[in-house]
Amino acid sequence: MSGRRLFTTPARRAAVAPLLWMLLFFLLPFGFVLKISLSQTVIAQPPYVPVFDPAQGMAALKAAFATLSLENFRLLAADHLYILSYLRSIVVALISTAILLAVGYPVAYGMSRLPARWQPIAMILVIVPFWTSFLIRVYAWINILQHDGILNKTLLALHVVSAPVVWLSTDTAMYIGIVYSYLPFMILPLYATLAKIDTTLLEASADLGGSRLATFWLVTFPLSLPGVGAGALLCFIPIVGEFVIPDLLAGSRSPMIGQTLWLEFFTNRDWPVASAIAIVLLVLLLAPLLVYERMQRRQLEGRR
Amino acid sequence: MDAMLHRETKRGGMTDDARQAPDVAGADIPLLQLDALVKRFGRFTAVDRLALDIKAGEFFALLGPSGCGKTTLLRMLAGFETPDAGRILLDGQDIAGIPPHQRPVNMMFQNYALFPHLSVQDNIAFGLKRAGLPREEIKARVTEMIALLKLESMERRKPDQLSGGQRQRVALARALARRPRLLLLDEPLAALDKKLRENTQAELMRLQRQLGMTFIVVTHDQEEAMMMADRIGVMNAGHLVQVATPRQLYEAPNSRWVAEFVGGVNIIDGKIASRDAGRVTIATPDAGGIIAAAPLQALTTDQVCVAIRPEKVRLSAHESAPDDDDAGGINRLAGVIAGISYLGGQTRYQIRLDSGAQLRASVANIARLDLDAFDPAQRVVAWFAPDDCVVLDR
Repeated sequence: MSGRRLFTTPARRAAVAPLLWMLLFFLLPFGFVLKISLSQTVIAQPPYVPVFDPAQGMAALKAAFATLSLENFRLLAADHLYILSYLRSIVVALISTAILLAVGYPVAYGMSRLPARWQPIAMILVIVPFWTSFLIRVYAWINILQHDGILNKTLLALHVVSAPVVWLSTDTAMYIGIVYSYLPFMILPLYATLAKIDTTLLEASADLGGSRLATFWLVTFPLSLPGVGAGALLCFIPIVGEFVIPDLLAGSRSPMIGQTLWLEFFTNRDWPVASAIAIVLLVLLLAPLLVYERMQRRQLEGRR
Repeated sequence: MDAMLHRETKRGGMTDDARQAPDVAGADIPLLQLDALVKRFGRFTAVDRLALDIKAGEFFALLGPSGCGKTTLLRMLAGFETPDAGRILLDGQDIAGIPPHQRPVNMMFQNYALFPHLSVQDNIAFGLKRAGLPREEIKARVTEMIALLKLESMERRKPDQLSGGQRQRVALARALARRPRLLLLDEPLAALDKKLRENTQAELMRLQRQLGMTFIVVTHDQEEAMMMADRIGVMNAGHLVQVATPRQLYEAPNSRWVAEFVGGVNIIDGKIASRDAGRVTIATPDAGGIIAAAPLQALTTDQVCVAIRPEKVRLSAHESAPDDDDAGGINRLAGVIAGISYLGGQTRYQIRLDSGAQLRASVANIARLDLDAFDPAQRVVAWFAPDDCVVLDR
């Protein structure tokens, strides 16, 4: 008994730490945002009512609660701007994820087939761009894509185009930026699953008459699906909420939800609506997050 | 003696006709012929100018220590390694350049290599689907294999829901389903525990006879090889050092290395002193003059060694040793019991000869009461017949 307690007590304490972390840095801020989303906007500092003041006692708190309303959420549903922003975000994230898969899978596959001593080097090459600030890398793309940038100069020199192409402020530029920025998040989980595949399985397939193509589609690809899922969700979820890349590289005609949120928060100073946008976004992303979580758990169970 | 060795009587009552090769047109051409096969990895030669013929319907074992090249040889037969030189003839056709998925050869992998995402039946059907067989044919063969390997009620399970023994049977079913001309088995029993291994050995022999298929099994376990195989090829450092029936291998090894690798053995170094009528006398520093049967193969020098299996060494208490005047003369060596290991079916004695040399004797415990057992430090005479001595180059 005492021996058991000796082991479990520190373990329990250790488990409290991440819980506390989540409580302090996720759940509590989430509570604030939720409360603001249910409040009214005013021209004041901060720009919304009701404002909690625990010093005023229970009655005031009750009164504050009574004034909370779903008005902001109703606005989100009523105004096309928001719905279109959400839709656009999801469409952009879906297309980006598909491109990322198409680009990332061959890269990860190639990496996993490299001689063992080259694999860590390839991995470092994938990670190295992280050492530069994300923002700087996106600005670098502006440089490359601008009217007299490297891309247009190269295309002109190669006589692929006769006049400079407009790249900036287009969806193409945005997709280039997104795919470039998120590629490591796609490659790394894919590589991790592909490198884990037992090569004798590929030999077994060949031995049983499987051509290289059949072996890929019937053995390698199905076994890499957990990596495909992990990579896709790891990219899809943050891309939905992406703000910087579309803001810098895409045109301003149809904003993504992150841009709309920014607009409401900083330009319109409508904190309650901005908060409501954030809450809805979170709820939307909860579904893929749960799928990801379930996939991870099933994989752990399968390994046992 | 040679003729006696060829008369196979082991294999637990199995008759010779049961093992006969199936009627194949041109049965005189071996199914598989390896001709001066070479495989190098960098500067290391894994398989060195190896030649071997294997008949259709044979159960052949490749036996050798790890790193001897036996697995490389098997992988060349499967097509996973390309030989640097030499030919692999299957039914007289060179298959050395044919990729693995086009060879009429299947392999059972050491770790089984079952597809983890496929059920038992889909694993078994994998090779049949690749062969483009019609659906009904695939279904029939899968059912047949499931019955043959007693996998009923597991069809829908995934490999990780099976025990080690079941996985082994699925791997075997998957490899057999394509009815290959040649089945390669890479350490097929290494992952099983001892009890299961013995049952599975018998099962493999039954399957091989029933299907009349040619099996080549790679193993480092000599008991396994001897129990299952018709013939054993012993490999060392990329060479086949001896190809023989299990009995020949054990009773008539062709080199000191084989004698020491297969089973326990006493080796006594010496020099040929005289030869006469089927007998040689060898002068040894450790055991004096030893009379032995004349060697089967030519010796390169008169510097030789005598190999005697421990169970051929008989022990007697000092006085009761048999007389010299037995036909051909008996070798008698005096010593004391230095160590005793009781192993149930047999007892192993370590004898320190008067010369200081060690000799091992193993005595079958044929009676429950230990009236014949020897005591530590007891003086004994170790004796053995000249016919039980094998004279080999040193």
